[in-house]
Amino acid sequence: MEILKNTKIDFMGKMYYALAITAVLSAIGLLTVVQISRGTANLGIDFAGGTAVQIKFNQRVPLQDVRHALTQGGITDFELQDLPGENKVLINAKKGEAHIGDLSKKMISALSQKYSESSMVVDSSTEIGPKVGKKLRTDALWAVIAAIIGILIYITFRFQFRFGIGATVATFHDVLAVLAVFYMLGKEINLIIVSALLMIAGYSLTDTVVVFDRIRENLKTRLKKSTVEVINESINEVLSRTLITSLTTFFSAAALFMFGGEVIHDFAFAIMLGIIVGTYSSIFVASPIVLLLGKDKVLAKK
Amino acid sequence: MLSIIFYLPSTHLKSSLPDWLQKYGMVLGLDLQGGVHLVYEVDGDKAVDITIERIAASITNTFNDKKIEARAEKKGADIIVSPDNDMVKKTISEQFPNLSLDSTSEGRIVYKLDDKEIKRIKDSSIDQALETIRNRVDEFGVAEPTIHTQSGNEIVIQLPGIKDTKRAIDLVGKTAILEFKLLDDESPVAAQLPGSILPSEAPKIMEQFGAQIPEGDELLFGRNLNKETGVETLTVYLMKKQSLLTGEFLTEARVNIDQRYNEPYVSITFDATGARLFEQLTANNVKKRLAIILDNNVYSAPVIQEKIGGGNAQISGSFGMQEAKDLAIVLRSGSLPAPLKMLQNVTVGPSLGRDSINAGVKAGIVAALLVIVFMIVYYKVSGLIADFAMVLNILYLVGVLSAVGATLTLPGIAGIILAIGMAVDSNVLMFERMREELRLGKTPRAAIDSGYDKAFWTIFDSHVTTLIVAIVLFQFGTGPIKGFAVTLGVGVFINLFTALIGTKTVFDVISSRTEMKKLSI
Repeated sequence: MEILKNTKIDFMGKMYYALAITAVLSAIGLLTVVQISRGTANLGIDFAGGTAVQIKFNQRVPLQDVRHALTQGGITDFELQDLPGENKVLINAKKGEAHIGDLSKKMISALSQKYSESSMVVDSSTEIGPKVGKKLRTDALWAVIAAIIGILIYITFRFQFRFGIGATVATFHDVLAVLAVFYMLGKEINLIIVSALLMIAGYSLTDTVVVFDRIRENLKTRLKKSTVEVINESINEVLSRTLITSLTTFFSAAALFMFGGEVIHDFAFAIMLGIIVGTYSSIFVASPIVLLLGKDKVLAKK
Repeated sequence: MLSIIFYLPSTHLKSSLPDWLQKYGMVLGLDLQGGVHLVYEVDGDKAVDITIERIAASITNTFNDKKIEARAEKKGADIIVSPDNDMVKKTISEQFPNLSLDSTSEGRIVYKLDDKEIKRIKDSSIDQALETIRNRVDEFGVAEPTIHTQSGNEIVIQLPGIKDTKRAIDLVGKTAILEFKLLDDESPVAAQLPGSILPSEAPKIMEQFGAQIPEGDELLFGRNLNKETGVETLTVYLMKKQSLLTGEFLTEARVNIDQRYNEPYVSITFDATGARLFEQLTANNVKKRLAIILDNNVYSAPVIQEKIGGGNAQISGSFGMQEAKDLAIVLRSGSLPAPLKMLQNVTVGPSLGRDSINAGVKAGIVAALLVIVFMIVYYKVSGLIADFAMVLNILYLVGVLSAVGATLTLPGIAGIILAIGMAVDSNVLMFERMREELRLGKTPRAAIDSGYDKAFWTIFDSHVTTLIVAIVLFQFGTGPIKGFAVTLGVGVFINLFTALIGTKTVFDVISSRTEMKKLSI
């Protein structure tokens, strides 16, 4: 079976539309980064500091009952999240408590006033002080920067510098785009999402490398054609592969998204988004940049 | 084959395996088997504070021993000694060489601790806290605890698999400074104090009597729990600030049962110095009340009936058996040099881990089925070969992780499942190349060879970039993320191996046995 055969799509002709979309997504992504550093985005408690308690009930429990029990226990400033299908409730309090260790205890004892010991189990409780949150935030930022620098160095070493730039911009774009979607959907950005972002960076790059490899190979052999033509042909040639592997990895991520449990749910969602933008960016971000940065002959030489 | 053997210890078959094999197998991370992950900060300044307090007390004791009419008191970071005379100065410079004279005024001498000494106290407070926590965790009995320091003054404690997390946290974090102080019942303020109050009233009492407290005295509270009603009350005590004896002279702490009331109490034994101090202190203060204080909570304040020799004392209070046992543990393991400040507390119950593993297995099976079916539909026999390589890939991955005893975390499981989808990537690259070569009119045999050759560097490059990400994640990540990095990194090598060598071999074998006319791709 073959889905795509001998396609002849003029990808580079559409590059200005694509660059516009890219610019918008990246801008929102950058805005998200700014919001994160200001601490106003929806950060997980591992970055913001705070308390999270996850309770598993033996039956479905209305959220307002849980809210009522907590308020009666003297707890204010918290958010409740229902994990339907599993009878689980997540209590989040994003406040940098000066004294850690009390709030989760208070929450649990407030709930045990209302619910008997046999009807609820404390799945997990996490309390993170503001100092740790800040450290994790800086660590995560450095991780993303280190990964991108490492990638830039390797691609520059294997290809030309302009390919390196193209790949890095594309990778950056993907990370920013996924962040942007998370921000717009109001989804929580936490440590696991950052590892998903790094994973996306790696995946997107793999995809970009495959396209670049073909461009480089064809630039060497098809000297008579213009760079635009060569890039278009190359993308068309690898299009089938790009879509197929995106699809199989997407299957895995989708399986995780549906069956992997609540902790991994958003992680899988980020990966799914990443696969889509990663595939898009190899074609519509990385390649146009190579084209814009290079004059025909110079590119063809190496 | 080897992979399966090494994986076996990770399963529930473990106990029936030979010994040499049992030491292999993946370790479940905290997020999968439950447990606690704690990060504490050791307050070095507080440790210095406590040391200064102790030195001041020890100076006064020395003066008493030598029958010198003088006293020392801690004020901020200074020790103030009065009166100012040569005898006092000489005694201090001889007995306490770590103190340096700062200034003298109005008959008072101000001493300070050397900067070098302060640094030493801070440094050693971390080592001491680490040691004490290790002792406590050992006594508590945790299978494989991890206890280490991080970024200078932080202590990380991981206790996987423990059920009673609350108890463990109480035990680890208790400062456990045991002090004996005399009650100041002679002061008129003592008579005005209410007998027992509710915990919420404590700040009010502090405010009400704050100004009247005689110099050198302090107010402390004792917690009482009424077992029938569950109501907690506080008893208010006025006592001399100076602690006459501390837990540092303790050699043993054991739980005993009071025969009369059938209540547990902790009996403690002092070393020779402690026993001498205790005998002295009881002899000098007969008929006065002596408070036994742990971390500023008064456990009891019995009247001293007579001089007590032999260095034995009892701590009784209204506590249950468990509490008494834990009290004995913290007393035996010694006090922490300073209170610990909790920075992070991640507690995972055992049921969450089980749920996560089940969910992970389910997702893995679904992912594998989807990929297998898709590959066969799209690439026919070649797809089957790729599927075979993928299964091998996952098997090797699990095998290698087991053989090196890697820690499996929830993101790690996610990494394995994503590897299912990505494992076929290399094969897809080759197959697409082969299809192109076939379209150019090459024979199947030639198409396979040139497909492999041309795809090689692409595959190599894409793996190196993933490896870079894995290394970064490993470097920066904590706990669960590290687990993800390990699966990702190991996955890269295995994938490279199965894709470049595994699948190729299968194609070679098939094409060498039969003269291929058509490639099923």
